[in-house]
Amino acid sequence: MIKNINLTLKIWRQDAPDKEGRFETYEANEISTDISFLEMLDIVNEKLIIEGKDIIAFDNDCREGICGMCGAVINGRPHGPQRGTTLCQLHMRHFSDNEVIIIEPFRAAPFKVIKDLVVDRGSLDELIKTYGYISVNTGGAPDGNAIPIPEEIAEKAMDAASCIGCGACVASCPNASAMLFVGAKVSHLSLLPQGKIEAARRVLAMVKKADNIGFGNCTNEKECEVTCPKQVSIENIARLNREFIKACFCSTAK
Amino acid sequence: MKKNWFVEILLSSIGKKLLMAITGFSFCLFLTAHLIGNLTLYGGKFFFLSYVTRLHSLGIIINIAEICLLFMAIVHIGMGCLLFYENTKARPIKYAIKVSGGGRTIGSSTMPYTGLFLFLFIIMHLFNFHFVDKGEKTIYKIVTDILSNPFYVAFYIFAMGVVAIHVSHGFWSVFQTLGLNHPKYMPLIKNIGIAFSIIIGIGFGFIPIYISLFA
Ligand code: HEM
Ligand code: FES
Repeated sequence: MIKNINLTLKIWRQDAPDKEGRFETYEANEISTDISFLEMLDIVNEKLIIEGKDIIAFDNDCREGICGMCGAVINGRPHGPQRGTTLCQLHMRHFSDNEVIIIEPFRAAPFKVIKDLVVDRGSLDELIKTYGYISVNTGGAPDGNAIPIPEEIAEKAMDAASCIGCGACVASCPNASAMLFVGAKVSHLSLLPQGKIEAARRVLAMVKKADNIGFGNCTNEKECEVTCPKQVSIENIARLNREFIKACFCSTAK
Repeated sequence: MKKNWFVEILLSSIGKKLLMAITGFSFCLFLTAHLIGNLTLYGGKFFFLSYVTRLHSLGIIINIAEICLLFMAIVHIGMGCLLFYENTKARPIKYAIKVSGGGRTIGSSTMPYTGLFLFLFIIMHLFNFHFVDKGEKTIYKIVTDILSNPFYVAFYIFAMGVVAIHVSHGFWSVFQTLGLNHPKYMPLIKNIGIAFSIIIGIGFGFIPIYISLFA
């Protein structure tokens, strides 16, 4: 059954990184509960275009929950109230008629607001560039099964690799820490034989980089785990800590 | 100048957490020993005093333990304040509304505040029972005198509740920070943490009530 709802939106508007931001109120009427949150914003924007006003800027790309591009804080929850869902996959049926929805950008010192709800998450790319990779010589692709990997390990690595780098862990963390992101990358690579070779150097470099960028320190609040749209577990942060201790005291890497 | 590798580790985000975890866990061990000792108060004046005499007869061992505790307190409190400062700085613009997704607990979200309260409590506690003239009165008399004041009774009970809240997060957090998160053992560790904080809270918290009513 098609159902329509009316909403009041209070949206963070900010013209440029160095400009003051403020909340502005918009009415979104006759919104079908079958559409997604971003489609709802599209409708609001279409109306703004007709009125000749500046549209609300927000990030998005795949709109199917796999690219990690979208994200905003909806009523205090990054990616909205639904667990294990990106904002693009959040449907309006989770909201009720006449609800007031407050929409803010992800907030953290390293995530500068570019415009409205769009934030610069380049710091996560910096972390990947620092050591979020393995080094291999090019050449003929090796046989997929040449190195046997136990199923359980492959699954754990895959769970960590499901991180889409959206930054919701940082946004939800009371300390704006990026430990779930770093933990996911370090776990994903250090669990597998190809990544183990550089494990010690990787973990030291990535932790140092995250500190230098200005992310906060993890205090095991677990907010990242319950917010992550891919439900990456904080077991990965424990593994990161373990890898860090190993690298510090049991390897020659500095 | 290139920092020494060890210093660099300790000042990294995980290094600071490791210092918090090791010192925090040591405090948990101290609390256990302190509670066991204080339970002798239920045995009456002479039982308690004989415990105190034996404790003090350990001599130099006690002095070393005190210095270790002081050193760990400086590290724990110093690092705690530094973490609090850095973590506040990491989000200069606050959210208009921030709702927990269910990860945080009362303990975890109040760590810096319960911690700072404990710092003030420990200072007061030391002035109550440590930096006092023990020549004229026995320590038993000092304890019963202080706990005959309803203000102190209420304050000590409240403070023990705060310790319990701080440790309810701290205990399991130690294991997570040290990387000892294992799918088979973590539920047990969390339960032990809750049980430990309840035992500490009730164990210490009931002493002022007992003393003020029956001693
Ligand atoms: C005296 C003043 C104290 C202050 C300012 C303080 C502050 C803090 C802070 C800020 C944390 C960090 C929270 C986190 O990283 O998760 C912490 C952790 C902890 N505290 Fe305290 N605390 C104090 C006293 C105590 C006492 C008396 C105990 C004894 C039980 C204790 C046990 C712990 C434990 C076990 C942790 C967990 C370490 C970890 O997270 O890995 N603290 N404290
Ligand atoms: S737009 Fe790609 S995950 Fe939401």
